[in-house]
Amino acid sequence: MKLTNEELLEMQRRMLRIRLFDERASKMVKRGQIPGTVHTSVGQEAQVVGACMAVRADDYMTGNHRSHGHPIGKGSALGPLMAELLGKATGICQGKGGSLHLADFAVGSLGESGIVGSSIPIAAGAALSSKLLAQDRVALAFFGDGAANQGGLYEAMNLAGIWRLPVVFLCENNQYALSTPAATVTSGRIADRAHGFDIPGVRVDDGQDVLAVHDAVREAADRARRGEGPSLVEVMTYRFHEHSEGLRLSTDYRDAAERDAWLARDPITLFRERLLADGVAAAEALDALEAEVADEVEAAARFALESPLPEPEVAFADLYTDPSAAEVAA
Amino acid sequence: MSATAPAPSTTTMTYREAVRLALREELLRDEDVFLMGEEIGVFEGSYKVTAGLFREFGPIRVRETPISEEGFVGAGIGAAMMGLRPVVEIMTLNFILVAMDQVVNHAAKIRYMFGGEVGCPLVIRTPNGGGSQLTAQHSQSFEVFFAHTPGMKVVAPSTPADAHGLMKAAIRDDDPILVVENLQSYKVRGEVPDDPDRVVEIGRAAVTREGSDITLVAHSFAATRALRVAERLKRDHGVDAEVVDLRSLRPLDTETVAKSIQKTNRALCVDEGWATYGVSAEIASRIQRACFDDLDAPIERVGLAEVPMPYAKQLERAAIVNDDKIMAAALSVLDLGPDVFSY
Repeated sequence: MKLTNEELLEMQRRMLRIRLFDERASKMVKRGQIPGTVHTSVGQEAQVVGACMAVRADDYMTGNHRSHGHPIGKGSALGPLMAELLGKATGICQGKGGSLHLADFAVGSLGESGIVGSSIPIAAGAALSSKLLAQDRVALAFFGDGAANQGGLYEAMNLAGIWRLPVVFLCENNQYALSTPAATVTSGRIADRAHGFDIPGVRVDDGQDVLAVHDAVREAADRARRGEGPSLVEVMTYRFHEHSEGLRLSTDYRDAAERDAWLARDPITLFRERLLADGVAAAEALDALEAEVADEVEAAARFALESPLPEPEVAFADLYTDPSAAEVAA
Repeated sequence: MSATAPAPSTTTMTYREAVRLALREELLRDEDVFLMGEEIGVFEGSYKVTAGLFREFGPIRVRETPISEEGFVGAGIGAAMMGLRPVVEIMTLNFILVAMDQVVNHAAKIRYMFGGEVGCPLVIRTPNGGGSQLTAQHSQSFEVFFAHTPGMKVVAPSTPADAHGLMKAAIRDDDPILVVENLQSYKVRGEVPDDPDRVVEIGRAAVTREGSDITLVAHSFAATRALRVAERLKRDHGVDAEVVDLRSLRPLDTETVAKSIQKTNRALCVDEGWATYGVSAEIASRIQRACFDDLDAPIERVGLAEVPMPYAKQLERAAIVNDDKIMAAALSVLDLGPDVFSY
């Protein structure tokens, strides 16, 4: 699949956005500027961006608790996203969703969810709407290796299989739940499970290679768009941070040699080398891109920090379409 | 202005037929409406509510599903978020528990949690109820679980006219709604107005029998029982009972309930589900607040015994709500019979 230089650079830009956004958010958690915690996609940028850029801007996407990477990968503006993490009035969900439960409908993001695996059937429903409305939109359902052992995934895969729904089931296999190795709780290969539903299942062994991810997802998305039904793509990757920021855990659960080997394969560095080697861009241009994204993230953080908190009345708004339905026993 | 409008024409039909008519009319009215559920096509639904619809509208709009409640309720949510109007049948209320996460964590929260931009106009319709020896896992009336959940609407009609009008209102509503039908109610007959544009407003209770001595508050099939008990109270004791059929559990029409009790000064809440933490607990709380100075007796409640529904007929009879238990409870509230409340 031949990508233009602009597309290749856009991939790098979005990976940088995720990296710098999530690192900035991590700092803000530690400074107490973001309440609770966030789950970063640091280390998994190639897997997210490769998938997001393999579908169209108007395609649908659902996600999980590792939540900001997906909308950024799909093209979200960073300011409202960061403001949401800070619980500000200017947040993409008006400060009501937070990190775990955000959606950016402008880029087809139908919702990240903190209930592992639960958004997958909703992606199937969005795909069903695409089919019923004779659109050619595809739904990209992100989930982790942990969700691969939730029943809802298989209900959704079965529905998508029998109804030939345009869904790409995208398993982000970062190889650990919080600390539990996927290998100890997962029977067989996740990608192979697709075969039981008579749908294609492929594994991308190098999920740090954005182009490898892109090509696999592109094939699945094109197939879905042609009306040939769903696919499962499992992408092997690694999270560079803890399960969530500020989590006080020994990292003993990950073997040091394994960890070093993955950390040495930073997807952004790898792709930068590739862009240089292929003559897509010169080092100065890539440096400028990095500086540009750093400024963009800094502006988003400033926007979020300077934004007002929501008015308390917002807590009672938007429960029902007609506010009068929101009776509450005083 | 002064001319009396002619009485609207009506047709007598069963509750089951009234639901079916509402579904058919809405399928005809709005091409975004489609039905989804187990065995609703060729088999026409386990309780035959969708009879004839598969033949008329075909497999795209009357969509048969595998036995995957979590999957197809979730798919209904996704389709509803994208602007379609799915009407998802759960074979009986009991089976919705495996889709509880989809309903409570997604459908009910989408509009609120994501800042009000996108809603979820999903209808889930399903019958509750017991009394047919279907036992513990197949006889339940826990609609209150959903009425407890902000973001959900729950309606539970007891008459054919309300079943028709509320179903149509639910399908046209932009919020997620659980429409609770009832296995015993399906065969209840009544008049349904012929006007296909008539809807029954969600969130309004109905006074289905006027009286001055006691108010029986109920919903779903318990509201039908309450009317029967009211007739017995009149016949056997000369008591005039008022019956308030809640029709909608969320939003809840406290005003109609309170107005009735301000008149009758006595209240008995009847619910086929468990009383503890139940619909009747909520009603009692609201009554005591709205009618504190009007009450001549404690607000009392009748519900399913606090056990899972047992199987053997005589055991089921011991546990379930029936007319005799409602009668005894009403007489107790009226100081015309012994105290039957032991909780």
